[in-house]
Amino acid sequence: MIRFEGVSNDWGEFRLRDVSFSVGEGEYFVVLGPTGAGKTLLLETIAGFYTPRSGRILLRGEDAETLLPEERGVGFVYQDYSLFPHMTVEGNTRFGLEMRGVSAEEVERRVDEVLRLLGIEGLRDRYPGTLSGGEQQRVALARALVIEPDILLLDEPLSALDTRTREALRDELRRIHRARGTTTVHVTHDQTEALFLADRVAVIIDGMLVQVDTPDRVFNKPGSVRVAEFVGVENVLEGVVTGYTDGVASIDCGFTVKAVSEVTEGSVYVFIRPENIILSAEAFPSSARNVVECTVLEVVKLGSVHQVKTDKGLNVAVTQQSVDEFGLKQGSRMYASFKATAVHVIQRSV
Amino acid sequence: MFTVFTLLNMVARQVIWDLPGLVDAATDDFVLGSIWLTLYASFLATLIAVVFGTPLAYVLARHDFKGKSLVEAVIDLPVIIPHSVAGIALYTLLMSRSPVGGVFAGIGLVFEDHLPGIVAAMFFVSASLYINAARDGFHSVDYRLERVARTLGASQSRAFTRVTLPLAVRHLLSGAIMSWARGISEFGAVVMIAFYPMIAPILIYYRFTTTGLRGSQPIAVMLIVICLTVFLSLRVISRRWERG
Repeated sequence: MIRFEGVSNDWGEFRLRDVSFSVGEGEYFVVLGPTGAGKTLLLETIAGFYTPRSGRILLRGEDAETLLPEERGVGFVYQDYSLFPHMTVEGNTRFGLEMRGVSAEEVERRVDEVLRLLGIEGLRDRYPGTLSGGEQQRVALARALVIEPDILLLDEPLSALDTRTREALRDELRRIHRARGTTTVHVTHDQTEALFLADRVAVIIDGMLVQVDTPDRVFNKPGSVRVAEFVGVENVLEGVVTGYTDGVASIDCGFTVKAVSEVTEGSVYVFIRPENIILSAEAFPSSARNVVECTVLEVVKLGSVHQVKTDKGLNVAVTQQSVDEFGLKQGSRMYASFKATAVHVIQRSV
Repeated sequence: MFTVFTLLNMVARQVIWDLPGLVDAATDDFVLGSIWLTLYASFLATLIAVVFGTPLAYVLARHDFKGKSLVEAVIDLPVIIPHSVAGIALYTLLMSRSPVGGVFAGIGLVFEDHLPGIVAAMFFVSASLYINAARDGFHSVDYRLERVARTLGASQSRAFTRVTLPLAVRHLLSGAIMSWARGISEFGAVVMIAFYPMIAPILIYYRFTTTGLRGSQPIAVMLIVICLTVFLSLRVISRRWERG
């Protein structure tokens, strides 16, 4: 449905650098990246507001260069909703159909249908300025969906909402996508959104797509240190493979790490998610192949969990209950256990 | 306060000390014709500013390009140069003996001592007010609204007329009113290129130099009353429009 072939573009401080990817029909494709990575520029380039400096974009197999934004069959939802403030909810929703010359009867039917789908029939005579953030976002979605676009482009659609509304709308997005099957490109910096919604995730950093993969692989098997750091893999260790037997590598990281690995030799990066490490006061028999004795350097409260930093360079996420139970504090002697399958290894060029 | 006191003082002096003089002026066809000419010429100047200034203001609000600062500086130039200087500049450009004025005269458009000269002078001094207000108006409309409209199937021109223009119209109207008012008040530039037919500010000056306050003040009072009435009415309409 969408194909980027080596697309580069510049707009002010934002840029895309040699971006290539494709999105299949009906796919929910999430572009994940930090602020300023070029995510919105990517969407606006798909929508036709910017012409690539180099490379090309294919939409439905057709070169999009000559297509005007109104000819691309895209629906666009911005982070701040961008509702037309001088039109009611119904006026906003009808707009696209009127622009397309749809008959009055059909306009009524489709507006009714989409307002029902989003659960906002009761708001049809209200102006955007009188609506809550969640309601405005529903209207923005209704306005984009009513034209039955081939492609739905969502620019950080949930980030301006409070937590509860965000979760509700996230469910809504999944429900609507399942119901309609519209090819969707959703850009966000929120990893939870990506994990919850995406069929595939593309990580974009500094205008470059650094990994395109399933959410599970992006989060658990990042392809580079930059991706690992961005998706919250706090334990990035440098090591050298010292042995390899039956698919399990022994890696010297200052202490020995056993990892199920495709890398069999040489210098490597070792990635371990902090939530995959268990702390205990004593070493105990378990399926974990790695048990590392360590000393606690610092315990930091991060919302509902605590981050425990150790002298072995391992960061561990624990609950308040664990902190209380073990009396975790600076200087505590502990054992960090993790499975060989919880370790991801990539080659490191020296 | 100072402005209100100054104007009220003039109106009160006229009404209290010389009401018959005011009545005479109000029934004098020459005075009424002069005031009408002033309002009409300024309206035409504003109309030209709206027609040509609106696209320019939109481009300035939406696009960055080389020389944009220069264009903006040129737009503001009439505000800082003395209007008598502007009048001489216009006169030398548009008089029938000049190359440009000669071309216009060839097609029957004479500026010296004719309505087109008055309109040109008023346009020169007032267009910047409209263009700047319109530019600010367009700038105040989020460009993403237009982009969304485009994805919904609107062409660039329909996105402009259905989304941007309705949202910026209050600024445009306000700029047009200010531009019209500025044109009406112009004296220096107009007097250089078209002493005749006399617009009200020139007539007031002429009467002041030939018959003193007695002859000029009634016309000044009439102009003030008419202008205030028109502008207040337009402001009220504009406010109501804004509230929807």
